[in-house]
Amino acid sequence: MTTSALHRPIDALAVGEVALIAAIDRAGLDPGTAQRLCELGFDEGVDVEILHRAPFGGDPLAVRVGNMVVALRRDMARLIEVEP
Amino acid sequence: MNAPVSITRQPVVALVGNPNAGKTSLFNALTGSRQKVGNYPGVTVERKAGRLALPDGRSAELIDLPGTYSLSPRSPDEAVTRDAIFGRIVGERPLDAIVAVVDATNLRNHLRFVLELKALGLPLVVALNMIDLATRDGIGIDSARLGALLDLPVVETVAVRRLGLEALGAALAARIGDTPPALPQERPSDVRALQKQARTLSASVQTSTGSARAWSQRIDAVVLHPLAGPLLLAAVLFFMFQAVFSWAEAPMGWIEAGVAALQAKLSTALPEGWLLSLLNDGVLAGVGAVVVFLPQILILFLFIITLEQTGYMTRAAFLMDRLMARVGLNGRAFIPLLSSFACAVPGIMATRTIDSPRDRLTTILIAPLMTCSARLPVYAVVIGAFIPARDVGPFGLQGLVLFALYLAGILGALVAAFALRRTVTKGAAPPFLMEMPKYQWPALRDVGLGLYGRATAFLQRAGTIILASTVVLWAMASWPQPPVGGTKPPIEYSLAGKIGAALEPIFAPIGFNKEIVIALVPGMAAREVAVSALGTVYALNDVSEDNAGSLIERLRSAWPLPTALAFLAWFVFAPQCISTLAITRRETASWRWPIFMFSYLFAAAYVAAGITYHLAVAAGL
Repeated sequence: MTTSALHRPIDALAVGEVALIAAIDRAGLDPGTAQRLCELGFDEGVDVEILHRAPFGGDPLAVRVGNMVVALRRDMARLIEVEP
Repeated sequence: MNAPVSITRQPVVALVGNPNAGKTSLFNALTGSRQKVGNYPGVTVERKAGRLALPDGRSAELIDLPGTYSLSPRSPDEAVTRDAIFGRIVGERPLDAIVAVVDATNLRNHLRFVLELKALGLPLVVALNMIDLATRDGIGIDSARLGALLDLPVVETVAVRRLGLEALGAALAARIGDTPPALPQERPSDVRALQKQARTLSASVQTSTGSARAWSQRIDAVVLHPLAGPLLLAAVLFFMFQAVFSWAEAPMGWIEAGVAALQAKLSTALPEGWLLSLLNDGVLAGVGAVVVFLPQILILFLFIITLEQTGYMTRAAFLMDRLMARVGLNGRAFIPLLSSFACAVPGIMATRTIDSPRDRLTTILIAPLMTCSARLPVYAVVIGAFIPARDVGPFGLQGLVLFALYLAGILGALVAAFALRRTVTKGAAPPFLMEMPKYQWPALRDVGLGLYGRATAFLQRAGTIILASTVVLWAMASWPQPPVGGTKPPIEYSLAGKIGAALEPIFAPIGFNKEIVIALVPGMAAREVAVSALGTVYALNDVSEDNAGSLIERLRSAWPLPTALAFLAWFVFAPQCISTLAITRRETASWRWPIFMFSYLFAAAYVAAGITYHLAVAAGL
């Protein structure tokens, strides 16, 4: 894992803030989920933005990645880090 | 079907693509009403096939394969797509060509799958679908350049407006040879490398990036709003259930009148006797009592299909995820569960999109708790008989009671899921990942074809399983005939009466009378049969020869209110439905789960009906 003090998880982004994916902690996921995440467009260097947080606790998140909008839960969002 | 000696072989073409690429719209546009819906052997994934006329005079069999992101399946329906491509499905012919359906507004993600398909070496044509939406959003795509870079024919299509279909047919005809191509070999592919390649490719063919999803984001600002979103969802569901009741009123009246006219005609045309009784009291009373609910079922499906097509369903799943997570499920389970409001069978089949086996099993087990349309006839009759048709504020009391029954089913399902996830389906919560497609106008043709499919399936059930069970029930309720000079109602002497009497002690503590118990037995075939069974039982149970009174009036005089309420409570859980148990057997590949499902639903139904009955009696109702 390439955790850097400068990286933030996408979970920490404000709604509407655009950032580039810096690292994905694929070791924290089962291989199938890691692959699906990639198939949905999550990859290093791709722009992401949090569009919505669900009511009642802000979980799950609706994340725009490229032209795709993907819903995922915060525990997974924490494994995706963005550049500051 | 071709004769075995025929020289012309009908080639097989499959539509393959990401979910939400507009595959089904393209399939509907290409095949129109010439489609056949069936099942793949062994699995219950829907197999949709149709005839595709090629411009060179040949015709091909076009198959709509389930949408998937890649050839590495995460769920059973995605596995069907992979197996069909690699020719591993028994009874399926190998593919001659593939149409890769691509959403032009989401090029870079969908192109990755095209690259994966291209590596197979099968004849491949790319349908650059929804090109109109790309243009609207200001996304310019050089499709000729895309074709040159991919070294594949690329055809721009707008499935919902039937644009580009001839060009697609011509491109296909040029790629389909006289002999089938060799079966492709499965090779591992590097997703990240392909994804990177797709991004580069899409960047080099897009002449302008535009503002894709601007509209969807504006709509989502309301639909997913923390406060407005849940309120809107509740309003949509509430409106849907009110509509099911109020819009269907008139057509239901016409069907009832039609059945009554037919019965009157038969009464004058045929002599009094067993044949007339079979036709009037058995077939027409039984099947008529079920067919009358066709309008309600169609309205319910109209809402579900439309909501699915607009893209709202995944928003509902997003909003519901938190609640589902509390009981150990995820938002994805919301869509199968919502389909189960129409019928648990397609709902249970829709669980194939859930990737975690435990989640899927839990969803299957609670799906029958969603109030399916087969319960509507039962609710409708009992509510019509016992709940006064007055207004409470702006709403009808009958509609409110119906809403409460739906709510009871949902709460029951949440409690059941909570309990199941901590016992029989214990295990870690799986990750939740769900694409939220852009909003789209529902296409009339796609909604129409969807509704047509549902209506024929329902009428088929009415014409087969329900017809058969009502005839059997009629026979059971008619024989043996009462002895000469018998004083009790004829049904008491019949086989059905005897079974009812034998089972009555089990159900007496929850307020059920013998007629209800008799009706519950054939109701095993399908829940709505309970209504036709009650119709048959009460029509035959009548010694006064007065067959004019409707079932509603008969029930009103025969049941005390606590019994009626207990009956409603029973049907919230009602375990009886052979089709649901059969599909559960097939989907879980064991008898263990259908037996478990039946037992736990029976126990829940019994307890709920008992509590309702005794509370109502205690309250002096």
